[in-house]
Amino acid sequence: MNSPALADIELSGVGKTFESEGREVVAIERIDLAVAPGEFVSILGPSGCGKTTALRMIAGLVEPSLGDVAIFGTPLWNRGRRNDAALARLGVVFQEPRLFPWFTIEDNVALPLRLRGQGEAARRRRAGELCELVGIGGFAKHRPNELSGGMRQRAAIARALAGDPRILLMDEPFGALDAITRDQMNLELQRIWRATGCTILLVTHSISEAVFLADRVVTLSLRPSRVHRVRRIDFQHPRDPDLPTDPAFQTIVRAIKHELAELGR
Amino acid sequence: MKAARRWLFRLLPLLMVVLFFAAWEGYVVFFKVSAFILPPPDRIVTAMVRLLQQRNVFMHVRVTLVETLGGFGAAIVTGVALGTVMAKSPWIERALRPFVVATQIIPKVALAPLFILWFGFGLESKIVIAAVLSFFPIFSNTFIGVRSVDRGLREVMTTMNAGAWPIFWLLEIRAAMPFILTGMEVGIVLAIIGAIVGEFMGGSVGLGNLAILTLQEMQVDKLFAVVLLLTLIGVVLYIGVSMLRRWLTAWHEAIGADERP
Repeated sequence: MNSPALADIELSGVGKTFESEGREVVAIERIDLAVAPGEFVSILGPSGCGKTTALRMIAGLVEPSLGDVAIFGTPLWNRGRRNDAALARLGVVFQEPRLFPWFTIEDNVALPLRLRGQGEAARRRRAGELCELVGIGGFAKHRPNELSGGMRQRAAIARALAGDPRILLMDEPFGALDAITRDQMNLELQRIWRATGCTILLVTHSISEAVFLADRVVTLSLRPSRVHRVRRIDFQHPRDPDLPTDPAFQTIVRAIKHELAELGR
Repeated sequence: MKAARRWLFRLLPLLMVVLFFAAWEGYVVFFKVSAFILPPPDRIVTAMVRLLQQRNVFMHVRVTLVETLGGFGAAIVTGVALGTVMAKSPWIERALRPFVVATQIIPKVALAPLFILWFGFGLESKIVIAAVLSFFPIFSNTFIGVRSVDRGLREVMTTMNAGAWPIFWLLEIRAAMPFILTGMEVGIVLAIIGAIVGEFMGGSVGLGNLAILTLQEMQVDKLFAVVLLLTLIGVVLYIGVSMLRRWLTAWHEAIGADERP
């Protein structure tokens, strides 16, 4: 399953150095990671370990200083130029919903389709389906400011799905939500993942969220920022909402918690 | 008692205006001020009625409106275009900065005679003066608006492989719209001033020209009536732009300041 030749996302020897006040700051030392088609991978790590930077490099927002990022086997960067075609079937969900306040929810969700030149009727139909899928069916004609934080993030997920992605990148998408909404969103995400069959890479701060959703959990270390450990999570899908009370689940969460505390030092 | 206070508070602006004209009338009558220097309000009202009965006054109104709106339109097109281009390209911004700063600092009204020389005594010169005067607030607000487009929203467009045109049309121009329309609110008032200054300088039509003529004919009450008419036109145009702003940027009014991109 993890043969590099079949990977949807592949990071080989990827590093990132930022320049800050004339000094070089190493954000990521070296990351090697392959994510197979349809796989759900969570990334955890102490603050400042570069997990968001890693995700941004895969999303084509930041160019790596070292190594290669490949999407569906195609290199994303070639001498400073981004290969846009590689990003065509990739959706990104950020920590903030980042909806356009002047558009309705429907127009926000349909944005990727509009950029591809789809007609208005087709866009509206697809946006309606996606709003239903993420559970905001009745709010298509509303403006983002009329929705709660959780509903806005649902809309952001619908927008990411509108481009019919095979890969979904999520950067702490539920970090700003309250605990109850967050649990709900985790179940929704599991359902969406199973309904669409896309590959998901999730960066999160919540160990429980990471373990609950993922096939594999990657922990990154701090100074040097590298892949520390990759754990396979063997609970069967779809996972039960009560799984977090399972002792086996709690054992894994506790182990990762101790590991992160150690890494953050 | 409370209700009376509330009514007083509501009617205060109107009350003050009435009081102001009453004081004006009283001052003129009490101190026997010559109507030639300062006509009392009632004579201005009479002059206004007579002015509106003149058949050619609406021709003057139309000319001034065409000049104002023509110049305003030209200022919107050039201001928004240049503001956007300069906000997006640091090279063009640096290259054109001296000229833009110059257009801001030069007393543009002093250039009006030059525009008459270049563009003649017709409408064109007045349109140019109106455009030159109203350009800067529209330009600078567009510049600031496009500059302050939220980075997060830009990244959304980047991850969707959006080209330069969709980024402009779906993101930048809309995010900048509240800024642009605020600039337009300032601009429309300056456009009126530009048109009138142009009419002062030369030509034979327009309300500015009419004002000069009435002064030469020593009809000060009529001069006041012309100024009043110009003020009314200004108010209508300003309210028009203001309503356009509220209508086009309803989303902006609806969200809290902390949520604005």
